[in-house]
Amino acid sequence: MKALEYDTVVIGGGPAGVAAAIKATELGLKTVLVENRDLLGGIPLQCVHPGFGLHYFKEDLTGTQFIARLLDKLEKLGVERLLKAHVHSIEYLDYNNKVVNVITSKGVVKIFAKTIIYAAGARERHLFEIGVVGDRPDGIYTAGEAQTLVDIYGIMPGKEIVIIGSGDVGLIMARRFTLEGAKVKAVIEILQYPGGLMRNVLQCLNDFNIPLLLGHTAVKVVGKKRVEKVVVAKVDENLKPIEGTEFEIPCDTVILSAGLRPYLGVLEKLGISIDPTTGGPVVNEYLETSIPGIFVAGNALVINDLVDYVVEQGELAAEGAKVFIENNGIPTKNWKLFEKGRNIRLVVPHYVSGERDVIVYARVAYPERNVYVEIPEIGLKLFNYGVRPAQMIRLRLRKDMFSKLGADVNKILLEVKPR
Amino acid sequence: MSKYKVVIVGAGVIGSSIARVLSSYENFDITLVEKEPDVGWGASKANTSIIHPGHEEDPDIHPLRAKLCVKGNGMWRTWTRELEIPATWPGELMIFTNDEEEKEARKYIKLAQLNSVPGVRVIYEKELKTLEPNIGREAKGAVYAPTAGLITPFEAVIALVENAVENGVKLMTETEVLEVKVGDGRIRGVETNRGFFEADIVINAAGLYSDKISHSAGVELNFQVKPRRGEYLLFDTDVEVKPRRVLHTTPTPITKGIYAITTVHGNLLLGPTAEDLPIEAKDDTSTTVRGLDYIYQEATKLLRELPPRSKAIKTYAGLRPEPPGGHWLIKAYSDPWGFVNVAGIRSPGLTSAPAIAEYVTNLISETFDIKLVKKNNWNPYRRDITRLSNRPLDEVDELIKKNPDYGEIVCYCKGVSKAEILEAIDRMIKIGTKTITLDGIKFRTYAGFGTCQGSFCRWRIAKIVSEKLGIPYYNVVVKRSKYGIGDVKTLWIERKGERG
Amino acid sequence: MSSELELTCIMCPASCTLKVTVEGNKVVKVEGNQCPLGAEFAKTEISNPVRYVMSVVKVKGGDLPTVSVITRKPVPKNCIWQVMEALAKVEVEAPVEIEDVILRDICGTDIIATRRVKRVLRE
Repeated sequence: MKALEYDTVVIGGGPAGVAAAIKATELGLKTVLVENRDLLGGIPLQCVHPGFGLHYFKEDLTGTQFIARLLDKLEKLGVERLLKAHVHSIEYLDYNNKVVNVITSKGVVKIFAKTIIYAAGARERHLFEIGVVGDRPDGIYTAGEAQTLVDIYGIMPGKEIVIIGSGDVGLIMARRFTLEGAKVKAVIEILQYPGGLMRNVLQCLNDFNIPLLLGHTAVKVVGKKRVEKVVVAKVDENLKPIEGTEFEIPCDTVILSAGLRPYLGVLEKLGISIDPTTGGPVVNEYLETSIPGIFVAGNALVINDLVDYVVEQGELAAEGAKVFIENNGIPTKNWKLFEKGRNIRLVVPHYVSGERDVIVYARVAYPERNVYVEIPEIGLKLFNYGVRPAQMIRLRLRKDMFSKLGADVNKILLEVKPR
Repeated sequence: MSKYKVVIVGAGVIGSSIARVLSSYENFDITLVEKEPDVGWGASKANTSIIHPGHEEDPDIHPLRAKLCVKGNGMWRTWTRELEIPATWPGELMIFTNDEEEKEARKYIKLAQLNSVPGVRVIYEKELKTLEPNIGREAKGAVYAPTAGLITPFEAVIALVENAVENGVKLMTETEVLEVKVGDGRIRGVETNRGFFEADIVINAAGLYSDKISHSAGVELNFQVKPRRGEYLLFDTDVEVKPRRVLHTTPTPITKGIYAITTVHGNLLLGPTAEDLPIEAKDDTSTTVRGLDYIYQEATKLLRELPPRSKAIKTYAGLRPEPPGGHWLIKAYSDPWGFVNVAGIRSPGLTSAPAIAEYVTNLISETFDIKLVKKNNWNPYRRDITRLSNRPLDEVDELIKKNPDYGEIVCYCKGVSKAEILEAIDRMIKIGTKTITLDGIKFRTYAGFGTCQGSFCRWRIAKIVSEKLGIPYYNVVVKRSKYGIGDVKTLWIERKGERG
Repeated sequence: MSSELELTCIMCPASCTLKVTVEGNKVVKVEGNQCPLGAEFAKTEISNPVRYVMSVVKVKGGDLPTVSVITRKPVPKNCIWQVMEALAKVEVEAPVEIEDVILRDICGTDIIATRRVKRVLRE
């Protein structure tokens, strides 16, 4: 078995990992990027629609164009990478020494690393997890799987489609399917508001007269060999189907777009602390997890809507790795816990020091118009025309804002207040 | 010595066990006929996977079931080793929560004595907690039956068929028996969707459709197999609380009770329901909210803590072939000569399969006056697929050095390599399945059984199949239909074609 | 005669809800936009709604079987199907570079590649 030594191992070659590997290399850390597939780029490789890079490059690029630019930067820097390499396990030897065991087609490679940046992304929720019952015929795909088939391999899954869940991936695919000649019969959403961005509801559904059935659930899927129909019903306040409201939608394909979950794989086995509201690790402002020297970025940390934030998190994690190595660990701070107040469903990072600028990502629990996003302890009060769970709130808190904080304050509150 | 042409209808656990045993004799030229694309896709695929001790069979009411269940339990210990079928032997606890249930549970001790099932006894709270630390809080005690085992039923069928084929049995998949042909009081053969197959002996192991096959041969015209549906909740391997033993609620006159088990591969499984469906519903394996809710509710009696429903990795249902009165119909007929019914094999069918196979073999020998001659080159052994997971890293390294395809991980959740996917395809080709299906690969490699249920890896596996077989990507078959309908511009080309 | 309508701006993920006052066919006032793009969007959306059209086309001899493409400029909404019909029969040869023109002059713009495809030599 081969043994290698690095300052930083980045796990996952999607936008978070690529950005982390670039930054770590720029910061002078001996870095290697480990990726399962035989190519780098991750999900943006299959995103042929624009909406990427508005913040990072100040341009509206397709996912494919965005990731190509990042990859060009990676190539120019000569960042080391291991492709077709699967992380089997992580061992924690001591504070400054972790082992990442990697399976490659040349054999097992043991990479000894001071720090690890985990950027392996998210998985899609499946049929059984969301409680759809009935038959289990062929013709059921998750939206990301369908996207890979259509927009990388040029395969058409089916022609009469029902999409369960109004998450962005499903909305994007509704448009793609329609453009390629299929008929999307409906998008079914159990909540009273869509799970994805409003711009996508408009340009992917409204533009093509695809009905968005809010407050509805897929009661069951029916089909012998292949999907034949989906039975749909209205739901009540408890999200339970209302008897007598069932109707059938004939179709040959069901697409599941009911949300993403951070995919933590090997990290879970190490026993890291996980936040049940994000499904991802609990982190400090360096994006360091509860295991010293292991950082996380991108969808593995929290489900993002913008690739720009994913890349930002990758860079943040790399900066954290640098601080860790220079100081033999992130220096002890008087960490303040970010508490969730009114209408805040999740907030990341969980711990901030108040000693530097910090970027905070949050999501509300339900939509509200004309509100203030507030952190009372530091006197932050920002007006927002409308907050939605689907739209991540990003706040840049400057170090000087924390000067208002008392020395013995251990918790700060993020909340949303109506005007 | 003349060779008898044998057709076995149905490659489930019963048909394939019979095929294995018969293949050890010189006297038979055996074809195993299966209507689905792969073996074990009927009742054998979705059941509670338990190798029962036999103490739940009443020898007065079901003497054959009682006898063959106990025998089968013993035989599986050898068969799982010979065929490298993963199995565990955790023992079973029939839990009672009050005096009434205890009284009911104690009846099974009597049955255990009658059936010579070893080690069955009542245990109370203190000992119960040592045997099962995760037992439900309401449990007062249990009837402990130490000889209960667990097996993965579709793995067992695959292993049985591989071994049978190795020993000369021919498998015909996607071949449905439409009619049993009788002439001059003898079996002539079977008419299938792929033509006529000559046979001297036809063995009906067609599970849910065994009544139809029997009627077709002109026997047991009143015999009916009714579908009894059982739903299941399967959870991920990383739930907080999993049972050590097979846990079972005490059957009452009203309910059969449900099980909580940790499967051979480490998943928490709860179920089944027991719902009699109309006789026409022999294909209805749909799950229901009511059924799944019922199982989850009942399981609170068994485990001190249940995972949240969202941790369910799969929900599914299976159909048991229920014969009248629960009596197995195992009989060899002189009129028509050569017909054998092994019909309506409901629980404890899986457990009894090896014993049923031997019983049927003897029945054939006696009824048809065939002097059995053992093959001296029969191979009882079958090797499992070489798997990467659960191996120490130095072994993994060695495997990769011998075959680099072990170094390419295709299924991230279960750590399954390309080499295993390729081996599964080779094995399907070897036993003679007509179509390579993604499900067939899933059952042989576990790729797609993990947390993501294939959303990461299914397209990867399909690509490997398409490349290995040289077929278009969209033509790869998932279970019974294709992965795609054509390439991405197919619908536009169709549309243009229509406009002409 | 002025009327007010509500539009969702699609120019960026903020998806601002715009309150647009229209007189006849002219946009008179736009409110609710958090940036100037919103005001521009409202104007074109009322008079001549346009959209980017994105798809993939088949590639021969490349490391991937398709290349992603997009209209260089957004096209009028009622032109979307013309674009898709034209793309249905297109097949390109690898290599393809980002910004390569795949089809010229459809609905007043070109269709360009948005993904790099390397040439792969087949035995």
